[in-house]
Amino acid sequence: MAVTTAPEVKVDATEANEHGYRTFRIGEFEFRRNEYFVYITWPTGRHVMSADAFLKALQRDVAWDFFYGIVNFDGVIGTVNHYGTVDLFAGRYNDSYRKAELDHLENFQTPLIRETFKQMLDDWTNDGFDPFASPTETGSAFGPKRGNNRKAITRHRVAAKRMVSVPGDEQIRTDTSGFKVNRHFKDVGQDEPDVRPEPGFENEIASFNLFAYLSRSDVTWNPSVVAACKNSLACPTTEEYILPIVHGNDRVEWFVQLSDEIWWNVEDRDSGVARCNLVMKPGDVASMPADIRHQGYAPKRSMLLVWENADPRLPALLSSGKLPPTAVDF
Amino acid sequence: MTEYATRFGSLEGYEKGSLEIIDDDPKRYTYSNVFEVAKTSRPWEKVAVAKNMEYVLEAVRAEGTSPWRICSHDEFAITMDGDIEFRFIKPKDASVVPEKTEGSVRLEKEPAGQRMGTVRARNGHMTLLPAGAAYQMRAERPSVLLIQGISGADTVFKWAEICQTVR
Repeated sequence: MAVTTAPEVKVDATEANEHGYRTFRIGEFEFRRNEYFVYITWPTGRHVMSADAFLKALQRDVAWDFFYGIVNFDGVIGTVNHYGTVDLFAGRYNDSYRKAELDHLENFQTPLIRETFKQMLDDWTNDGFDPFASPTETGSAFGPKRGNNRKAITRHRVAAKRMVSVPGDEQIRTDTSGFKVNRHFKDVGQDEPDVRPEPGFENEIASFNLFAYLSRSDVTWNPSVVAACKNSLACPTTEEYILPIVHGNDRVEWFVQLSDEIWWNVEDRDSGVARCNLVMKPGDVASMPADIRHQGYAPKRSMLLVWENADPRLPALLSSGKLPPTAVDF
Repeated sequence: MTEYATRFGSLEGYEKGSLEIIDDDPKRYTYSNVFEVAKTSRPWEKVAVAKNMEYVLEAVRAEGTSPWRICSHDEFAITMDGDIEFRFIKPKDASVVPEKTEGSVRLEKEPAGQRMGTVRARNGHMTLLPAGAAYQMRAERPSVLLIQGISGADTVFKWAEICQTVR
């Protein structure tokens, strides 16, 4: 059954199966789920993932509009953002699949894969399961289809144009606006800075409590812009349990650990060969080169500043070798 | 019910993590610590701890009263530790910072102009340093700032001193 989502985009999906879930096709890929698992097939192979792990990865890919570079759902399936088109791949960044010639990649116009993924996420996310939440703050992804959780999967994504709290821009989080202090951050100070603008400068003199703001985040592993200086984007996020994707960089990105601790496993972006592991504690700063992929593990909810350069020229400059994969040479 | 304790760093209390190299050059990860950098910096020295093309994050040891500075673009300062007061003035002479100058510029003295206001920021507070506004900072005790901006004439680069360079 073809479902029309926009005049120019037709998502290819079947009627619901015996478990209540629709099966989706895009190009030569097929995605179907049952009570526990998601099955992905392509002309040269097949793959299975746990439904909760798949939905957590799918949620990030949809919310981030395919993010910067590669979003690996696991060691086999993922997407590459070309900012207008998107590669959907199986085994392309997995040495064994490449050697066995079982890998497969197709390129799609972004609106088609965006709508396909959005509908898949909507159909496969059950009532009570929040793919953005930590495991102890959400219900189960499993079982036959039961309702939906559209409120959770279509959250507003914060993207400050200048800085959170500036009049007309994204605003701070409060109990009243529906953002309670998270159970792991009850001890984080909620005092706001003393801001005293002279008349006429209310839009210029601004400050807010970033740590309090983060303590009230209701999602995990979801960098979002709180301050922007041209293409320099400060994207802090709160992290708990495991980053549900393995992020393959198409540019250098930086991490500043603001609170608590995160362990990072870092691998070669293309082959998956281990490069290093990194334990980051408060105040630690590290860059992630443009030729690696990384996955984080946070034993307690922590605050991480992800710092991005959104310059659209970077991927081409890096892939052509005109820029080195590291930010600094010393 | 478990009581969770959130750990932040400070100038006097930080514990660095660790970088374990398996098959790579540690310098590629530019691994440092904001508090460690501030610990050995001169007051108000702007030391780059992160760089991405022209953009930087600078660690600043805030102690005493800073020189007046101005920038043609917005900057953002996170108070990582301590208590810092910011004073802002809109200079009468806008040419003190040419429009295309990147990074903040040090002024020799307080510029003539209109007072814009003040901010007093403590741990975790993020403060806008607006484009075209001169600012001065004051910290009665040693404090730490992390400033998001663009590399300028006063940005200090000393990667080999602040980053892990061996396995």
